Amino acid sequence: MAVKDFIRERFFPHLWCPGCGHGIVMNNMIRAIEKLGVSKNDIVMVSGIGCSSRITGYLDFHTLHTIHGRALAFATGVKMSRPELNVIIPMGDGDALSIGGNHFIHAARRNIDITAIVMNNRIYGMTGGQYSPLSGFGINATTAPYTSIDNDFDVVKLSIAAGASFVARTTTYHVKQMADIIAQAILHKGFSVVEIMSQCPTYFGRKNKQGNAVEMINSYRINTTPKGSKAKKENPSLIERGIFIQEERAEYCKEYDKIIQRATKGNK
Amino acid sequence: MENKIKFVQGNEACVEGALYAGLDFFAGYPITPSTEIAEILSARLPQKGGKFIQMEDEIASMCAIIGASLTGKKVLTATSGPGFSLMQESLGYAIMTEIPSIIVNVQRGGPSTGIPTHVSQGDVNQTRWGTHGDHAIITMTASNHPDIFLVTVDAFNIAETYRTPVVLLFDEVVGHMREKLIIPEPGKIPLVERLRTSVRDGTDYHPYLAREDGRLPMSDFGGVHRYNVTGLAHDMWGFPTDTPKVAHGLLRHLVDKIENNVNKIARYKEFYLEDADQILISYGASARSALHVVENLRKKNQKIGLLELQTLWPFPSAIVREKCLKAKYIVVVEMNMGQIRTSVQNAVEHPERVFLANRIDGVMINPTDIKNILRLIKGQGV
Amino acid sequence: MTRCRIVFSGSGGQGVITAAIILAEAAVLYDNLIAVQTQAYGAAARGGSTRSDVIIADTKINYPKVTQPNILVCLTQESYSKFYSIIRPGGLLITDSRYVQTQKRVDARQKEIPIYETVMEKIGKPIVFNICMLGTLLGITGLVTPFSIQKVLENRIPPEFLELNQKALKIGLAMGKKYSD
Repeated sequence: MAVKDFIRERFFPHLWCPGCGHGIVMNNMIRAIEKLGVSKNDIVMVSGIGCSSRITGYLDFHTLHTIHGRALAFATGVKMSRPELNVIIPMGDGDALSIGGNHFIHAARRNIDITAIVMNNRIYGMTGGQYSPLSGFGINATTAPYTSIDNDFDVVKLSIAAGASFVARTTTYHVKQMADIIAQAILHKGFSVVEIMSQCPTYFGRKNKQGNAVEMINSYRINTTPKGSKAKKENPSLIERGIFIQEERAEYCKEYDKIIQRATKGNK
Repeated sequence: MENKIKFVQGNEACVEGALYAGLDFFAGYPITPSTEIAEILSARLPQKGGKFIQMEDEIASMCAIIGASLTGKKVLTATSGPGFSLMQESLGYAIMTEIPSIIVNVQRGGPSTGIPTHVSQGDVNQTRWGTHGDHAIITMTASNHPDIFLVTVDAFNIAETYRTPVVLLFDEVVGHMREKLIIPEPGKIPLVERLRTSVRDGTDYHPYLAREDGRLPMSDFGGVHRYNVTGLAHDMWGFPTDTPKVAHGLLRHLVDKIENNVNKIARYKEFYLEDADQILISYGASARSALHVVENLRKKNQKIGLLELQTLWPFPSAIVREKCLKAKYIVVVEMNMGQIRTSVQNAVEHPERVFLANRIDGVMINPTDIKNILRLIKGQGV
Repeated sequence: MTRCRIVFSGSGGQGVITAAIILAEAAVLYDNLIAVQTQAYGAAARGGSTRSDVIIADTKINYPKVTQPNILVCLTQESYSKFYSIIRPGGLLITDSRYVQTQKRVDARQKEIPIYETVMEKIGKPIVFNICMLGTLLGITGLVTPFSIQKVLENRIPPEFLELNQKALKIGLAMGKKYSD
């Protein structure tokens, strides 16, 4: 299938700003799904609120655009009811880890077979550039005119600690790696988290003097390194990319099937 | 075979009604006085291949049942006041996206944490206007276990018919009280199943284009039709729009589909109303005390009757008005500060004849409380 | 039968609520009577004084709470002090003689019965105190048939504890007969 067959052209043009990283992520999500050969009917995409969450409308799957922060809770209901479907959640950093932080850690704890794609642009774009829980200390934002004094989460560490069984990080510069990781995350039976560093030139870039979209993407090339690389040892400030954890563990829906077996045995 | 005559709590009667109606999926969070519903369903649902999940909070519970409903399942969550407050945003989402779902609120004293283990009917107006924005909603209640069973089945049927969430508003007294319940044979009460689209694979399906009869056939997530569901104002494809005409049409549709069917949705019971010149209007546990008073005073040849409301929203104004035409006075009996009393005043011809008999102290209103109000109205002193 | 309103009171853990449920369930499921059971919830049910109301009748019961019981059972001093005054004139007041020292004379038939002591003496396990109390109540009043209580016990009690409970019921019934006027 061509990439274009996954798109609802009726609903274009999309609303993202020129240079936004989210289109790159959408592109590579499609490539990953195309590579896996999963039927469009077998994919449910659930999102919350924010720029990244608008992806659902543009893609030709079963799409559920919900309320701010709660996509994983809706997705849990979908997945529990139809475990055979692939459930993929594109989420923004504020959506996933601020208002939706509780749902995020509990979905990870259950290890329910859902793929969470955290598109981390370190800012609230839809509302015009406020700091997010991933902005970090010293960042300029419309609600941090004297710079932010909030520390940021490390999505990878948080996800691993909460119990996710597949955790990875990549960027909008590393598109081949992105498509590959997303494909593996979808295949993984358990809760998978993929953090994708995605540029917001309109707000984060401009407020923090990080240049235009190209310069921001280039910074991902310069400031990141493969997990466990020699470069990381020499320069600890580099951000690691790659798959940090990939383990087969008891999956929630499979475990619930066992509950049903136990309950029906007791009944009959 | 399982015993069909049971001695159970009202919460269990609700569970039996939900299972009879075909419940497949429950998500919830423990909260007094509704917890028994979750506990019992955690055992019963997997026995029939259904699913139960205890979510991280009530927000997540409401969201999860909406997700499950979209896959074609019949869904339920149960909570009490504080949890119901948390559910308001997603309740609005279910209204906007027209997802059949049932929310049980077993009321306790409020506001805030209130009196968790004591009775109240203080959430009546919250069920009406708890979520933001203009909307219509259906809220039903009952005063005894056979009726809890019936309105629960009814709620599932109505939710499917009108593609809408339905709130079942019970209270601590009927929720925890034990009395007899006879479960009807399967098939005795007709069930409304999901109306699914007849549009075939490959043909454009419009999830939000109403048929001529106003109903919107659904297509299960995971089926052949892939469409978008959003809480944003949306067009017939379910795609976001801010076109004024479309936004207007959507809001009118959401309200009209319920308000235009108010008499069809209205459930009520009447006792001794034919010749009554004193009318009590009540619902839930309060209606038990009201009926006690009515039967007592009938023995003393007083022309008194009871109108017991089972549908609170949309408020059955025309029915209340008609039933109260001959009343010299009307006493609304409820355990709040007059939440239904206001609607009754708006409905009847003589609002000045409407009085309130209430309690707000966590104690069930008793027959003496009501009799005292009746005596005061008649100038007899207490 | 005439409408009978019963209040069971004691402290959390004595099983008064279970006893009330068993009585009401027996009346409904096996004696073809109408009954409702309610109880005090919350902290009171966890160690403080606890109360459960049962109404048994052969006509419809609307208001489900008991304001003036025909029968009041008190298994602790605290519950006795709290509730003795609500008894209906001419009613029946049952107290456990180990736990309750009756202080005031009320217009009721007062029975101070060594239920707890008898249970400990003959069975040695306080867990069946409530069932023995229920047996005693039925021995005095014959509210529901012992057969119906047996049926409920069979359905509710795990098999390994059934015999123990049946024994407690029997002891209670015999003791109740002794105390009936």
